[in-house]
Amino acid sequence: MLLEIRNLSSQYGRIKALRGIDVDVDEGELVALVGANGAGKTTLLRTISGVQPASEGSVMLAKREITSFSSSRRVKLGVIQVPEGRQVFGPMSVEDNLILGSYTRERAEAARTIEEMYTRFPVLKEKRHQMAGTLSGGQQQMLTMGRALMAKPRILLLDEPSMGLAPLLVDEIFEIVSQLRAAGTTIFMVEQNAFMALEIADRAYVLEAGQITLSGTGKELLSNEKVIEAYLGI
Amino acid sequence: MFAEFLQFLFSGITVGAIYALVGLGFAIIYNASNVINFAQGEFVMLGGMGTVFFIGLGLPMPLAVLLAVSLTVIVGFGLERFAVEPARDAPIVTLIIITIGASIFLRGAAQLVWDRNFHSVASFSGSDPIMIGGASILPQSLWILGCTVVIVIALHMFFNHSMTGKSIIATSHNPLAAKLMGINTSMVLLMSFGLSALLGASAGILIAPISLTYTGVGIMLGLKGFCAAVLGGLGKPMGAIAGGLLVGISEAMTAGYISSAYKDAVAFIIILAVLFLMPNGLFGGRGTERV
Ligand SMILES: Nc1ncnc2c1ncn2[C@@H]1O[C@H](COP(=O)(O)OP(=O)(O)OP(=O)(O)O)[C@@H](O)[C@H]1O
Ligand SMILES: [Mg+2]
Repeated sequence: MLLEIRNLSSQYGRIKALRGIDVDVDEGELVALVGANGAGKTTLLRTISGVQPASEGSVMLAKREITSFSSSRRVKLGVIQVPEGRQVFGPMSVEDNLILGSYTRERAEAARTIEEMYTRFPVLKEKRHQMAGTLSGGQQQMLTMGRALMAKPRILLLDEPSMGLAPLLVDEIFEIVSQLRAAGTTIFMVEQNAFMALEIADRAYVLEAGQITLSGTGKELLSNEKVIEAYLGI
Repeated sequence: MFAEFLQFLFSGITVGAIYALVGLGFAIIYNASNVINFAQGEFVMLGGMGTVFFIGLGLPMPLAVLLAVSLTVIVGFGLERFAVEPARDAPIVTLIIITIGASIFLRGAAQLVWDRNFHSVASFSGSDPIMIGGASILPQSLWILGCTVVIVIALHMFFNHSMTGKSIIATSHNPLAAKLMGINTSMVLLMSFGLSALLGASAGILIAPISLTYTGVGIMLGLKGFCAAVLGGLGKPMGAIAGGLLVGISEAMTAGYISSAYKDAVAFIIILAVLFLMPNGLFGGRGTERV
């Protein structure tokens, strides 16, 4: 397993947001996490990235316990997150945003990766001297994905990448995620858009009130009655 | 008539550049942490008094300057690590009060270690005024302007062209996203305090040959620098520079054409007027958003 989460709990003050979570993500897998508003999805990703402390349990990356590691150390090990809500550095240029994505890497290698990003996301090349805050929502999401890829992730954590985007752009984001998966990137993705997420995911987990209540392959969950009722809105 | 005006302008720009350096120090720390560091003036004092002290030990000027700047930067680091960092999660007001406490402590410590007397520092190169258009300008003023320009350009290069500089700016805009890039944001805060101490010390050393220095010099210079930073719209480096020059020139004109008794009041009148009419500073627009 590349990522092994065991009995992980986390809390905000006295509010328990995660209670004994077990999640596995294997090398090259695309694993989805679905759940209602406030279930704790963002908290789980924040705890994996080390920007939110775990109160119990462990996070292992490639058999190495990283539970007590600082966020910057985890980034160096390749745990890269695209946070929810398109958190670009608004007043900085698109190019500087991308460059910051490679903060922990060698300059020369990063320069090569930025060209790859411009090929993958031509719109970013076109707007590279513009302030990131002036991009449209979809372009900002491309930018946060590109910025994360600049770090050459071992595992990419995506927090609701399609949130608030027009349907056409949602398709585009899912297309990009599928392409990354096909290219071998390991991805752990949180999505509100459960139907689309389960369709492309190898495996998936359902999170309810801070606990994992269901897991299985994407297909299994798509045909699970509880999932259909709660998340697929049928 | 014009010569007189030019004379006032020269002296205004000279002190204005000093205020600008102090104001930049405020802006850098504010950007990185939203904290207004009221110990900024004591960095100015430590620069000047440190130089006096090291020269008193018989060291040559350049070495004394270097040691004074290093001493101040170390104090800046210490202030961040031991006073600000432990209270990092406290409300901003608490942090600001901590910096006020730190400034009182630093001033008191300096008075104990050194003294309360005025000290002069030799000009960097000669003290024969140079005549320009009927007005005279001291070589030290040229040093001040030259060094300020060099410092501002260096800062600009640092913030816009180095990864470390960019990481500081990124942290000021979005600390969470910065952490997720692998930036050590507490390191960023430490660096901002070091950088601000460097700027303050430089200002204190540059102005010492013109206006004498003593352990209480930081109070007024700190306040003027604060005015410069607020005028420029807190957290806007270029604004702080413009604000510094504006305060300096207005003071010199007031002292020259009205009375030097009103000189110190000018900065505060300007700041009240600006805060009243343009709460976001002269170059305000909308306030910077922070998440
Ligand atoms: N900073 C915080 N302080 C206190 N409580 C918080 C904080 N952030 C989240 N919570 C609480 O923790 C729980 C889980 O929140 P979290 O943001 O992880 O949910 P989520 O599944 O990502 O929701 P959404 O779909 O709205 O993004 C919620 O009950 C929320 O109110
Ligand atoms: Mg969330």
